Amino acid sequence: MQTFGQQLINGLSLGSIYALLALGYTMVYGIIKLINFAHGDIYMLGAFWGYYVINGLHFNFIFAMLSAMIFCALVGVLIEYFAYRPLRHSPRITALITAIGVSFLLENTMTYFFSANTRNFPQVITTVTYHVLGLHISNIQLLILGTACLLMLLLEIIIKRTKMGKAMRAVSVDPEAAQLVGINLNHTISFTFALGSAMAGAAGVLIGLYYNSIDPLMGMTPGIKAFVAAVIGGIGSVPGASVGGFLIGLLETGVQAVGLSAYKDAVVYVVLIVILLVLPAGIFGKKTKEKV
Amino acid sequence: MIKWQKTLLKLGALATVLTLAGCSTAKSNGSAQGNNPGKTIKIGVNMELSGSAAGYGQQQKQGIQLAVNKINQAGGIKVGQSKKKIQLVIRDNKTSNTTAASVAAQLVNNDKVVAVVGPAATNAGTASIPNMTKAEVPSVSPSATDPGYTLQKNGTVQKYIFRACFQNNYQGSSAATFMTKNLKAKNVAILTDNSSDYGTGLTKAFKQSYTGKIVSSQTFQEGDKDFNAILTALKHKRIDAIYAPGYYSELGLIIKQARQAGINVPIVGSDGMADAKLTKIAGKANTSNIYYTTPFSTKAGETNAQAASFLKAYRAKYHTTAPTFSALAYDSVYMIKSAIESEHSANSVKITTGLAHLKNFKGVTGTITMNQHHNPEKSMVIEKLTNGRVSQAYTIK
Repeated sequence: MQTFGQQLINGLSLGSIYALLALGYTMVYGIIKLINFAHGDIYMLGAFWGYYVINGLHFNFIFAMLSAMIFCALVGVLIEYFAYRPLRHSPRITALITAIGVSFLLENTMTYFFSANTRNFPQVITTVTYHVLGLHISNIQLLILGTACLLMLLLEIIIKRTKMGKAMRAVSVDPEAAQLVGINLNHTISFTFALGSAMAGAAGVLIGLYYNSIDPLMGMTPGIKAFVAAVIGGIGSVPGASVGGFLIGLLETGVQAVGLSAYKDAVVYVVLIVILLVLPAGIFGKKTKEKV
Repeated sequence: MIKWQKTLLKLGALATVLTLAGCSTAKSNGSAQGNNPGKTIKIGVNMELSGSAAGYGQQQKQGIQLAVNKINQAGGIKVGQSKKKIQLVIRDNKTSNTTAASVAAQLVNNDKVVAVVGPAATNAGTASIPNMTKAEVPSVSPSATDPGYTLQKNGTVQKYIFRACFQNNYQGSSAATFMTKNLKAKNVAILTDNSSDYGTGLTKAFKQSYTGKIVSSQTFQEGDKDFNAILTALKHKRIDAIYAPGYYSELGLIIKQARQAGINVPIVGSDGMADAKLTKIAGKANTSNIYYTTPFSTKAGETNAQAASFLKAYRAKYHTTAPTFSALAYDSVYMIKSAIESEHSANSVKITTGLAHLKNFKGVTGTITMNQHHNPEKSMVIEKLTNGRVSQAYTIK
């Protein structure tokens, strides 16, 4: 029972990171039908930003995270402006390949300028492990869970309660009709990228603090896992991405807990295939009939 | 992913065949075998400078450059009557097997190098072998540890392929002996990096020679950051020690997360762990009761003059303690130098002969004698870390 509880904590902390990343994928997909493969690398940039502002400018954790969110939001907007906007009317596959290209560009530029070495993240918050009912839970795990839930809640409010959120929803339903009623398409799309990238930036700093190790390729695997999480949850659906993220985290932990660590990635992808076969639109996805 | 890699491999094989076909016509001018030096001695570097193994490749490059600078400052290598300086030709193989093969072809055919240092990884190294053999130019890998790397399929030695590091069987079995004899561990768990031949090879060797009980054998991938699930599962099993062959970037995290989860048994690893970054990632307080097998102890400076001067020079240039990979790469260059001097020639075939007969070579990573399988024979050290510092070193002969 204790082991089970402990594994649940492990799974939830891992899942909250996937969820934060999956949100960025799902929002961008929802609005311009583009799978932004560079998203995982924005998360890496967030972690590196945190590393430098904490080491160089002695920011505390909160400021480091907030500044990383702003920085990543800017990077996201710039990437959209320079790489994706010129391709908005080209076939979807062109934009997809560009996204992969942007991802490689970010990874290799970082490797070139900052070396591929793994660095240790400055430990601005000392780890304290609490023992509750025989379970170990650290303050950093609580921080990750708390921040992730808070950000997801904030996002939900922005999307459901603000004017910009309303515009985002409108654009995702029908971009042309949205333009007709006076919504600025470019601003809305930029805002979506900013929001998604800010989430990734926060995740980067949280992960840096939690694992204490960052490198230019750290975004690759979590990026793909988060993409899977977004698809499982129903790509385009915001609550779906959160649920998908936690699900993947728990699944991975569960597989390792029963001693099948060699298959942990395989199981995640098998579940993806099964979901795509049984529920092609994902758990929270809307079934839409293609109009001909 | 795997399928994708296989396709790449096939393409690589095709590319290799094409390059070989090209060079066989270009090289039919007869005269002497292999490559000859010009005004300088050209040494090629076929190294992982970008991609997933770039961390290790960069460290090796530093070691190589340090060695070459030192040799050139002293006037170069004595060949016959005159001294010739070394000219490095550094090329990045991007941690890709196909690129490694084409880099090898470029180095031997276009740059006309007389010897190559690299690649760092067994896979990339194996992909380069056909091109090296065809051109009759020797290569010394600082860190390709797979036992089969220097051997052909039928078990005979690859004539032009050498390494400066231990091969896995020796390192894995030494760890097994150490855990049984010194740590008295009867039940162990194994955590393997199964994304590299290095990790899987060491685990295989360990399993063959370990006599106690293996309670659990788990794997992880390069780049993994979360080991909490595996460790929580291990916590409730009776284990006396953990054997975890892999690299410092993942091992640092395993140590950190194991200690935080309350697992305090000894953790034994391999030379991929021997890096100052291990402690930085794991945290000083967590890095106790940690052991690893290594050819090069940073404590070696106390007894080995070569190592002392290397450590000093490295610190002066890069402001940090020299990692094992840099030391091995440094030795690789000096092994080539020693081969040139003993054969009085910098012809690539002669260097090969010199490397094969290397005997009692005093290197930074120990006194090396090349055996018939082109594996260096040197003594092994097991270092113990307490609070992040090397507190003890056991020598295994």
